[in-house]
Amino acid sequence: MLTLEHVGKTYPNNVRALENVSLSVMPGEILVIVGGSGCGKSTLLRAVSGLDNPSQGRVQLDGVTITAPHEKIGIVFQEPRLLPWLTVADNVGFGLHHLSASERRQRVAHALERVGLSDKAKVWPRELSGGQAQRVAIARALVPNPEVLLLDEPFSALDAFTRADLQDHLLSLWADLKPTPTLVVVTHDVDEAAVLADRIVVMRPHPGRIYEEIAADLPRPRDRQSAAFDFVKRRVLAALDRSLDRNVSVDDRDTKAETGAAMWW
Amino acid sequence: MSSAHMTMTLDPASAAAARTKAVRSWRWSRALLGLMLPVALALLWEFAVRAGFSNGRLVPPPSVIWNTLVELARSGELWVHVRATVARVAAGFALGVVAGTLFGAISGYSVLSRRLLDPTLQALRAIPSIAWVPLFILWFGIFEQSKITLIAVGVFFPVYLGVMGAIMSVDRKIVEVGRVFRLSGPALVRRILLPAVLPAYIVSLRSGLGLGWMFVVAAELLGASEGLGFLLIDGQQLGKPAQIVAAIVTFAVIGKTTDWIIAAASAPFLRWEDRFSARSEGA
Ligand SMILES: Nc1ncnc2c1ncn2[C@@H]1O[C@H](COP(=O)(O)OP(=O)(O)OP(=O)(O)O)[C@@H](O)[C@H]1O
Ligand SMILES: [Mg+2]
Repeated sequence: MLTLEHVGKTYPNNVRALENVSLSVMPGEILVIVGGSGCGKSTLLRAVSGLDNPSQGRVQLDGVTITAPHEKIGIVFQEPRLLPWLTVADNVGFGLHHLSASERRQRVAHALERVGLSDKAKVWPRELSGGQAQRVAIARALVPNPEVLLLDEPFSALDAFTRADLQDHLLSLWADLKPTPTLVVVTHDVDEAAVLADRIVVMRPHPGRIYEEIAADLPRPRDRQSAAFDFVKRRVLAALDRSLDRNVSVDDRDTKAETGAAMWW
Repeated sequence: MSSAHMTMTLDPASAAAARTKAVRSWRWSRALLGLMLPVALALLWEFAVRAGFSNGRLVPPPSVIWNTLVELARSGELWVHVRATVARVAAGFALGVVAGTLFGAISGYSVLSRRLLDPTLQALRAIPSIAWVPLFILWFGIFEQSKITLIAVGVFFPVYLGVMGAIMSVDRKIVEVGRVFRLSGPALVRRILLPAVLPAYIVSLRSGLGLGWMFVVAAELLGASEGLGFLLIDGQQLGKPAQIVAAIVTFAVIGKTTDWIIAAASAPFLRWEDRFSARSEGA
């Protein structure tokens, strides 16, 4: 289980990016974090990943305090961050250097097959489309079988169709993996939150903290057109508006939903 | 071009072959285009001298230069000079590259060392390197050591600056990938930093080598009993312009060849590069 206890982060320039954030994420749960720009979402994810350390409180995975990158925690950034001098296959196998070459090859081939890019194994990253590159990044993060996978706005640079594709794709990867990994996803996209989440955490800025938690326990696979789906989206939008001190009542959401989606970040 | 177009609609494999062929012949025609001007001038001059418009004494025609080269080569004299010059450049280049890489890496990697070293090195760089020659001669004598030191100084600065700049501009985001996979310090250097700086490093080696060739001429002009620079001086003192031009041509050929060797040796490691020119060469 992943737990955050009273996590705070003050940057050297005295920006209070996080204050008193406490959270527990169950094994196999998908937690989505939404919130206005600059409310500390990336800071939170980096603290969990061990790339940065919190100034107060602590992050623990199964009772072990995280102070540095951990083999059980993988991360996918907003950009694919593939190493341009390695082929796609070598990028995916980058974290498997402790394994023998044959085992590595096998795991890489399997991972590429799962993300549907077997035919790109020998290709340079520059020859991939944005969506393909991000799939490679996901494969690279998943191939060491992490318990927790962190994703910081992983699909925000992609067009709407590719984004929806990759959301479904991520969900099927998540469902197929045993043991099921915990996902913590940061997003700006209310649709994405409602598609992916078991639970949605809304944050607010100055200082960054948790504003509201919304359960999104719809059955999977989810129908993006259903009323229940729409309801989750509207609750998230309403919470976001309130978190930014915009007084929009939930009742007139029907007409305001679209403007809200465009405005709140 | 039109035949290539027709096959393309028939069969993709032969279309690809036609395309590589087209690219290759385009490359040839580009090289030929570049050669047109110098060849035309040479022919014109040759013709002018043969027709008696000029006696060609100060500016010898191509045939005379060629004969001089052949004569120097046949007598074995050319190889003695080439060997001496190449040996000097090789020694100076090796020294300069080792020192430049070392200092560049230290300055690029650690902020403290950079603050400590860089101002001094930048100040030294501002001195025209030829100004060192009298001092080097006092220190190291007039023979090989002072010449090699001068060449090494010339090579050092571009390599130092190239390595330092390349390390400093390695993308933090890529380094974080290494951290996420918990690479140790040496592994981070080997698997992330080295490949990331390689393209800039090759460029700095090539500009360092160019300066090395420049400085070997300076060193040899200032006093040598063998070497291509000696051939130049000798040609001047004995009034043999053909020998001077022959030495210049030899410099050009060897300089270009050594540069090409670096480029060709590094090419297999840089195929991943996402450069504009790499694309237009249709790799
Ligand atoms: N390295 C840093 N040094 C100083 N301040 C920082 C640093 N990184 C972030 N901040 C500040 O901390 C706050 C939170 O930043 P963070 O990147 O976590 O926000 P975010 O929620 O991810 O925003 P976005 O949705 O725009 O990505 C911001 O006010 C930002 O200016
Ligand atoms: Mg962010």
